Order: sequence, then structure tokens, then C-alpha cells
Amino acid sequence: MSLNSVGRPTRPVSDAPGAGFASLSGGRGLLQDEALIFERSSWTSTGVDLPEPEAGFEDLGGLVRAEPLRLPGLSEPETVRHYVRLSQKNHAIDLALYPLGSCTMKHNPRLNEKLARLPGFADLHPLAPVSAVQGALALMDRLAHWLKTLTGMPAVALSPKAGAHGELCGLLAIRAAHAAHGQTRRRLVLTPTSAHGTNPATAAFVGYEVMEIGQTADGRVDLADLAAKLNDEVAAIMVTNPNTCGLFERDILEISRLTHAAGAYFYCDGANFNAIVGRVRPGDLGVDAMHINLHKTFSTPHGGGGPGSGPVVLSEALAPFAPTPWVVHDGEGFRLVEETEAEAAQAFGRMTAFHGQMGMFVRAYAYMLSHGADGLRQAAEDAVLNANYIKARLSGVMSAAFPDGPCMHEALFDDRWLEGTGVTTLDFAKAMIDEGFHPMTMYFPLVVHGAMLIEPTESESLAELDRFCDALLGLAGAALAGDVDRFTSAPHLAPLRRLDETLAARKPRLTWRPAEPGVAPAPLAAE
Amino acid sequence: MRYLPLDAADRRHMLGVIGAAGIDDLFADVPAPARLSAPVDLPYHAGEIEVERELSALAALNRPAGAGPFFCGAGAYRHQVPATVDHIIQRSEFLTSYTPYQPEIAQGTLQVLFEFQTQVAALLGMEVANASLYDGSTACAEAVMMARRITRRRKAVLSGGLHPHYAAVTGTIATAEGMEIARRPAAVDAEADVLAAIDSETACVVVQTPNVFGTVTDVTAIAAAAHAAGALLVVVTTEVVALGLLKPPGEMGADIAVAEGQSLGVGLNFGGPYVGLFACREKFVRQMPGRLCGETVDAEGRRGFVLTLSTREQHIRREKATSNICTNSGLCALAFSAHMTLLGGTGLRRLAEVNHGRARTLARALGAVPGVEVLTPRFFNEVAVRVPGSAAALVEALAGEGILAGVPVSRLDPSAGLDDVLLLAATETTTAADIDSLVVALSRRTRG
Repeated sequence: MSLNSVGRPTRPVSDAPGAGFASLSGGRGLLQDEALIFERSSWTSTGVDLPEPEAGFEDLGGLVRAEPLRLPGLSEPETVRHYVRLSQKNHAIDLALYPLGSCTMKHNPRLNEKLARLPGFADLHPLAPVSAVQGALALMDRLAHWLKTLTGMPAVALSPKAGAHGELCGLLAIRAAHAAHGQTRRRLVLTPTSAHGTNPATAAFVGYEVMEIGQTADGRVDLADLAAKLNDEVAAIMVTNPNTCGLFERDILEISRLTHAAGAYFYCDGANFNAIVGRVRPGDLGVDAMHINLHKTFSTPHGGGGPGSGPVVLSEALAPFAPTPWVVHDGEGFRLVEETEAEAAQAFGRMTAFHGQMGMFVRAYAYMLSHGADGLRQAAEDAVLNANYIKARLSGVMSAAFPDGPCMHEALFDDRWLEGTGVTTLDFAKAMIDEGFHPMTMYFPLVVHGAMLIEPTESESLAELDRFCDALLGLAGAALAGDVDRFTSAPHLAPLRRLDETLAARKPRLTWRPAEPGVAPAPLAAE
Repeated sequence: MRYLPLDAADRRHMLGVIGAAGIDDLFADVPAPARLSAPVDLPYHAGEIEVERELSALAALNRPAGAGPFFCGAGAYRHQVPATVDHIIQRSEFLTSYTPYQPEIAQGTLQVLFEFQTQVAALLGMEVANASLYDGSTACAEAVMMARRITRRRKAVLSGGLHPHYAAVTGTIATAEGMEIARRPAAVDAEADVLAAIDSETACVVVQTPNVFGTVTDVTAIAAAAHAAGALLVVVTTEVVALGLLKPPGEMGADIAVAEGQSLGVGLNFGGPYVGLFACREKFVRQMPGRLCGETVDAEGRRGFVLTLSTREQHIRREKATSNICTNSGLCALAFSAHMTLLGGTGLRRLAEVNHGRARTLARALGAVPGVEVLTPRFFNEVAVRVPGSAAALVEALAGEGILAGVPVSRLDPSAGLDDVLLLAATETTTAADIDSLVVALSRRTRG
């Protein structure tokens, strides 16, 4: 998900303490400085051996490049070193707890990587004849069966490529359903203030107006406000459950009843489905459409920011409007419905060129088979247990945003406990880096001041949870004891110190540009 | 369960610290009628052996591209991806990290994105590129929406050479927001046909080169006509290897250039994940969708990279964002960039020449088959041919002989009236023996 230092670009303080000891080369021991590939001399070399081409360009209609493409080419060993050195500047789940709330950074099993690379999946063309892809279609069919069974929903559109793309798919289905029923004056989408930014952005993207629903003091949708705003101009509500405060919407059945009574549809943002999978079926809650982030609940790798995958489960009311393509199993085997005609006459259209994120389908299905119905339920329980354990251990010092009652899979704190210390949520988060942890999600949800949203996932052992809690309690003690420098100039031990995001936005430099070929331009300097 | 570190004793201890009697206490907020008392009706957990057995059995039911003569293209191309690329993308620090929200501990990903943006901009001949989108088709739709924001006009003209799936995705998204889509009739060599549809309401004209029929077109005159009418030109490319040899969109007047980057580094994957390339003129950068990485300095004055211009994005602008996009296609962008780094400009040129050479051989061989007519007048590595009878039936029959002979146009666009047209691509992975096998099998079928 989106999130984090939302709207608060950082600027380093000008008198940050120096780095102390410096090497002669500028590197930091095993952590190598690594130049851009454009700052090497390899502008005409290549790291790939290819056969001699046939001569002749007369079939190109005179469109051959006049200027050769100027991009550097590195030999294989140089390439490997370049990327391995860069990789060492990243934090990763494989290194330590990665408590980015709402993002669900859980372990990525390597079995799933191995299986996605089987030639029968990885080397398969999307438009090969259906007789040549029966195994792929069978896998999509089985994945769909698992998703439908786990959610208690009758249909699923597999093609959306990420969570936000799934939201778009769900709202387009809702729009098509209203249009089919002549409900064309429905122009509003209601969404809580605590919603992910993608919810209002998606609603606006498909032409709806967004109206916010208020929140109660205990972090839930304000039913009275919802009831007051529901009318025959409302197309849908978009509610995340468990919500972005990490809480289950206790009144969810009433929310869906009111919504349906007003003739609107209930879109559920399924980003937090991992908290309830195997214990609650969204279909039993009255949901009409919900995207499932396979990269969250079903652990396909986040990959530094994608690719994700966002299948959308649909209710009976919305199923006829699902986008093409989909897989059908008839007597002779599997086939694909690809065109919006005949049996797909009501389909609202197409989300992407082919069939969706097959590579993610393989990984997610392997994850489901490995866990099974029992293991998925256990995973949800462990995720919730871990979050409540963190909440219990930290609540004595840090202020929980909603102290009463259990949280679900993530624990939300605010910054009341930092008042008067001179340390902000941002500073505290940056100091976590020095302790070896990725910061939690900061300043989201927007309804909580200085929010710190901690999602440990089920992948953490008790020992790692304790290590994490001990580190945070240690930092909290330092903040409360007035050790402000530790925070305001953090991080001290990361590959880089705090970065100047304001400068980056003011003078955007988005590509490397030589003053002359092969020569670097003058470095940016802080003002 | 091998992926869950907690044991029963841990769970008891933790519940004690929390002050809960049992796990059900933590789910107390779930309304009683919605609580499941037991696991759902699906199989229970399985070991690696069982999981691998089931998935391998499914994989074995498919016919991968490498299993025999293979000529499918139409927006997804089989290329040799160096083994190094797959090694790099499986590094834990790239594979298991997320969007670089904390730049101090994400410089690896951020520097890769900065290099990626620079490579993409150079390849497309444009000034700036973003950190990638989902794929080429969604990038095309985003380009049309961006043109609408810039021009405040409501109509998009799509060429008949635009990949039909790209047209469908663009139509789905753009019409939802009230845009009018004017799609020209499918035609092998008629990108210039868009000229007749440009008017004062036109936000953009979308053309593709090489187009879905393989035809290579100089779109410079179309750019001039679009600009004269106050519209933008969007140029789509589904085979980026072509840009090693061909004049790039930026040199032909494109305002926005989008491409499917799957050919480099990513592989076929049955259609996804892929990587959308998106580039534009610098003056439009604040209307761009998606993540952008930019250069800056840290507190000690050292160069570093951050995500930037995020005031365009949904997590800050919410309903006023330029797009609802949250992530990019990060790992595929890394694969693309690593493959591009291995190739360099020199290697990509050579790769493009090899591809074109193989396609020339293929086109000559197809043209010599009685009853087969090569329709594409100027091509890079893909051609459209007319065959006697149904192209779909021909493809199914040849698949039965172990030859994946290409993509029938009817599969992409059944209403185009081109049921006898077949698209065939050749790449560096295509051998002379593959082409011989195809021609022999094709000759037998078309003769009789």
C-alpha cells in the first residue's frame, strides 16, 4: 500500500553531527560506494554474446536510427557486482522484521519462486492456443476456487494487476451494474476518512464524487453519519475491514444492511484480509466486491514495489459484470472467455492486455496449498496474536491510539506520548533504522495524530518480536530521557543519512544527463 | 507448519502477556453470525513434496515456447534472458523489500529505478520516464487519461494498428470517465488513417509502431497534424527490442511514449507480470502517473535518490491524484534494467539486427508457401500473413503437430473480419530449423 511520510518531505538538519571516521576511498568497509552505470567508460561494450546478424535493412522502410542508442553495456561480472553492491543498501524481510503497517511484509517462501520458474508456467505465451495451456487455465481455475471458498463469494475476476487496479475493477463492475439497472444518477462514493488514499483516488478516476464518512471515538465507521449520507445518489461505499486502524468493524453487518437498503453496493478494501482469512468470510458480511492483494495475504514477493496482483471477488449481483477474460471449464477441458459478447455480454470491459499476473497466481496457489485451510487460519491467528503482543508490550510507554479491546493484525500508536520531548514520529521512525529495523508506517491513517502503524505478520518468532519490542522500548526510554540528538539526526548507521526530499521535488532530476557524453553533470547541492 | 515460527507454548505465553484467555478473545469484535468455528472446506496443509508434485503436474499440461518451433508474438515476445538477470532479481534485498518509502535503507532499489528511468528515456528518445507501470496496455490507458488532463479535451483517436487489447483496456478506463474513444478500423498499414478523425475536441492520437500487424511506420506527419489541432501524440510500442534499430518515438514527435518492456528481462509468464514503460516530455512531468525517482543529497552532502513529486499521487492527493496507482512493477523494472545493462546500446542494436534478420528469413519463407501472402509491407520482427481459410483452425492444427504457429487476428479482434490473417514473430531464439518445420507443415496444410 501507499503510505508513510505522507505529505511530510524530510529536510536534514543543517548541523548534523559528522560521520566521524572516514575511509580514504569514501566507501564504508564492505559496504561499497557504487557509481551509476552511466559513470563508467563502458559506453560501447556489451555483456551479451550474440550471433552475427544477417545484413539488410530494406524491409524497415528507412526508419533505422540515425544516432546509435547511447546506453552503457557492462560485462557479466561487472553487472553482477553492480547489482549485488546496490542490493546491500536495501532493508528486506529476509534481514529483519519489516513492520510496515497495511503492507503485510511476511516471509516469501522460496518454493514458490522455484515453481513459478517451471518452463510450463514461465515460458508460456499468453496467446498460445488453449489446447497448449490447459495446465495454466486449470491453475487459474483452482486458484479461483480457493479465493471464492475463502471469501464465501460466488465469483472472482483474476486479471487486476495490483490492489489499486482491483479497486478500479470493483468500482467499474458497480458502475456497470447501476447502469444496467438504470441507476444513472448515483454519483457518490462514501469512504471513511481513515481510508487508503487509493480508495478516493479510484472513485474519482472512474468519475464518482467522493464524500467522507465520519469515525467514532473508538476508531470505527460512524453508523449515524453513514445512515445520514446514504441516499439514492450513492453508488457505493468503500470500507476497509479490518480497517486501517487495525480494528474490526463491529457494526459491519449493519453497515452492509444500510448500504443495500439504500440501493448502493459495498466495496470492501481487502488489503487487510490476511487478518481474518480462514476465520471470517467477507461474503458473510454482505460484501459485494473486494480485492485481494495476493502480495499481502498470499505472500507473493513485494519486489521493491511490485509486481502485485489484485483479484476481485464479486457477489451474485456484480458477477455478470466482471471483466474479461475468465476461465470456463466445460466437458472437454478449460477455455477462455476473452470477448465482451455472447456469454460475456454484460462484462464491463477489460482491465489488462492478457490474463493477469500468472507468475503471482502460481506463487499464491503454492502458498495456499502449503498452508491449507488449517494453516491459513493459523496464520491469521498468529498475525493477530503477534500484533496484540506488540501492543501489550509497548502500551506501557507508547500511547496506543485505541487502547480498549484487541486490535487485529496491526497495532496503532499515536504521538501523544512524545509530547514535549522534541522528538516527532518521523524522528522516532528514523532512529529505528539505527537499531536494524525498518520503520513502521508513519502518519497513516490520517485520523490519528502522528500515527505509527505496526504490522508484524505471522512470520515473526517470539524471539524476534521481543528483540523488536526491546529495541522500541529502549528508544522510547531515550526519547523520554531527553536524548533528542539520537532522533533528530537519525539515521546515523544507514548507508546514507537523512535525505533532502524537498530539494528533490524543487529541482527534479529524474534521469542522468551528461554535460557532454560520458561526463557527469555537477552534483546537486543543498541550498 | 513450516512457515509459522510460533509454537503452542509461545502462543500461551503471549496470550498471558496480552491478558487474553484464548485466541477467540482477540476476534471478539467479529459479529457472532460471521464467525467460522472451523477451517473452510479446502485441503489441509501440505509439504514441499506434495505442493511441488501438484504444480509440476499442472505445468506439464502446458506447451512452453521452448518445446518446439514457436512463432507467437502479438504483444508478448520470447527472448533469451541472461541467467544473470534471474540471479539478480532473486537477491533477498531486491525480492523481499517494498516500495522505497525509507530512502536511507532503500538506496539499492532507488538507484536501480533512477538508472531504469534513464535507460527508458533514452530508449524511447524522450526526456523523462517514470519508475514503470503494470504493463504496456495499462500504460496506454494512463497516457490517454494524462492527455485528457493536459488538454482538457474529451476525445481520443486510436489507430487501427493499435493492439486490440490495448484499445479495449483504454476504452474501458477512458469511457468510464466520460471520454469518447474513436477507434479506426483494423488495417495492416494505415496508422495515417487517424488523421481523418482528429478534430478540435481531440485530446490525443494513439498510434503504434511496430503496430499489431508488425508494420513499422514513421509517425512524424501524424505528430505534426495532432499538434496543429492542439492534440498530443501517444506512441505505443509492444516490442522494445525494435528500438535498438528503429527511430524512437521521441524523434518522431511523440509527446507521450509508452511500451511493454516484457521483451527485456521479464519473460513470457503467460501474460504477467510484465512492465509498462512510460515516458513523456519534461514539461508534462507533473501530470505523469506512477512513481518517480529523483536525485538529491543526504545530510552529509552525499548523492542519494528518493521517490519524488509525490504530490501527484493518491496517498497525498487522494481524489485529486493523477492516478490511483500505488506501486510500480518494481522487480520487473529491475529485470528490464539489468538486462539492458548487460546489453548496452551496442548489444541491443545487435539483438535487434538478429531479430530483424530472422524475421526476414521467416517472411521470405512464408511468402514462398503457395496460398500464403505476406501482408506487412515494412516490419521489424513480426509479420501478418493471409492464409487460406481460418487462421485459428490452422493454428490449432499445427499445435497438434507441436508447432506454435503464431496468433490468429480473430483471437485478438473477432469483429475485425480478418479471420484468415495470422501474426507470426521471429526472435533471436528462432532457428532456421524452426522456420523449415513451419514451412513444411504449412505447405502441407495450405495445399490441401
